[in-house]
Amino acid sequence: MFDFLEGYDLLGAFWVTVQLTVYSAIGSLIWGTLLAAMRVSPVPLMRGFGTAYVNVVRNIPLTVIIIFTSLGLYQTLSITLGAEDITTINFRLAVLGLIAYTSAFVCEAVRSGINTVPVGQAEAARAIGLSFTQVLGLIVLPQAFRSVVGPLANVLIALTKNTTVAAAIGVAEAAYLMKEMIENEAELLLISAVFAFGFVCLTLPTGLILGWVSKKVAVKR
Amino acid sequence: MKLRKVTAAAATALVLSLTATACGGDGDSDSADTGSGSGGGDKITIGVKIDQPGIGQKTADGTYEGFDIDVATYVAKELGYEAGDIEWKEAKSADRETMLDRGDVDFIAASYSITDERDQKVDFAGPYLLAHQDLLIRADDNITKGEDLNGKKLCSVTGSTSAQNVKDEIAPQAQLQEYGGYSECLTGLENKVVDALTTDDSILAGYAAQEQFKGKFKLAGLKLSNENYGIGVKEGSDLKAKINTALEKMVEDGSWEESVKKNFGPANYKYEPAPKIGQIVE
Repeated sequence: MFDFLEGYDLLGAFWVTVQLTVYSAIGSLIWGTLLAAMRVSPVPLMRGFGTAYVNVVRNIPLTVIIIFTSLGLYQTLSITLGAEDITTINFRLAVLGLIAYTSAFVCEAVRSGINTVPVGQAEAARAIGLSFTQVLGLIVLPQAFRSVVGPLANVLIALTKNTTVAAAIGVAEAAYLMKEMIENEAELLLISAVFAFGFVCLTLPTGLILGWVSKKVAVKR
Repeated sequence: MKLRKVTAAAATALVLSLTATACGGDGDSDSADTGSGSGGGDKITIGVKIDQPGIGQKTADGTYEGFDIDVATYVAKELGYEAGDIEWKEAKSADRETMLDRGDVDFIAASYSITDERDQKVDFAGPYLLAHQDLLIRADDNITKGEDLNGKKLCSVTGSTSAQNVKDEIAPQAQLQEYGGYSECLTGLENKVVDALTTDDSILAGYAAQEQFKGKFKLAGLKLSNENYGIGVKEGSDLKAKINTALEKMVEDGSWEESVKKNFGPANYKYEPAPKIGQIVE
């Protein structure tokens, strides 16, 4: 029944999906946290930039962003992100697009975490002479992250599934292989089921593990 | 107590009226379905491509045009349906077998290449056109054989057989850029970021013949593969024989030639003569 799988590098395709997810997750965690810091910072210009970025980027469909990285950045502005061949260029462009998109959601999750930290703590920290960066880095963010593991897990699961959009610019990940197989094998339902199962295998453990972690580390107030 | 009774009565009345309307709606759509689905009524449903210029395209005003549309219209007429009785339905490449299997369409004419895998799922009438994988290049460029492609940048559609052919056989050293659709490739070709766009020559001819691209691109004429376009029908359907007869008649009375010229002509496409029914070129 599953002989149509022969000759296809299913694991390889899902490995690219995993790579896309991991790189984009790290990138968007960093950029998203920076954005959240901007949104709570005392500088109006940075606050404005953070707000504008989040509200614009999260309202653009991901497909549009990904296609733009290829047609706009690469084909029109010749931005290659330091890579030589098309496969690497596309992979990096896809990661860039995914980071740009996902960090808007990471930012909002982290900001909601910051809101759970009582204002008194920041005031106390400032009173003993810590700077804004120190208050945020030493007092607020460590507590904020502990309370948003759950929401961040949701963002990570969404990111894992969103990597399939990278097929639109030809990154050879799972959805790309799925299209190729459907074209050749005329087995729409079975092939879709196999790939759906693959994604469940990727995301279900993420949800379970991070759900457990989230309970473990949550700040009890 | 009284209030509750009134409410209950009102609720019952509401539910009854809703069910009544729902039934009415169902009945209507049922009769419409049997009309188009089985082909026995006064309508016929045909699956076509709606985004391939020259082959099958839905125009801005909602009409359909292209070679596949002409063939489908001719066949439908032979089956006893006037042009007004045809209901067009988009048949995306991935959905074609499922659509036929479920009976959503009576037949499919949508640049549907006959392959062994597909032949096991559905039946094919035809072939009615022999196309080849080819390249669309800038008018001032020159590529004369498949090996020339090594080291060049090529564009095609994600997962398509043409893209796989390039990677596996024709030019493994070529760099392949893949997009969701052909139009994205055309931007790259115009900006000189990619050197060629590859797929069936019939589809390429349609793009090159478009008003905004006239004179900018040309076909390389390499004949990299053979694609036998067939009309897909549900497995075991008696439509296959009838469609074959219709196709033969279309070639005989010259409508076939006329339609090929009309749809692909402006691109200087050297089309193959009409294939014989059942003669599949490997």
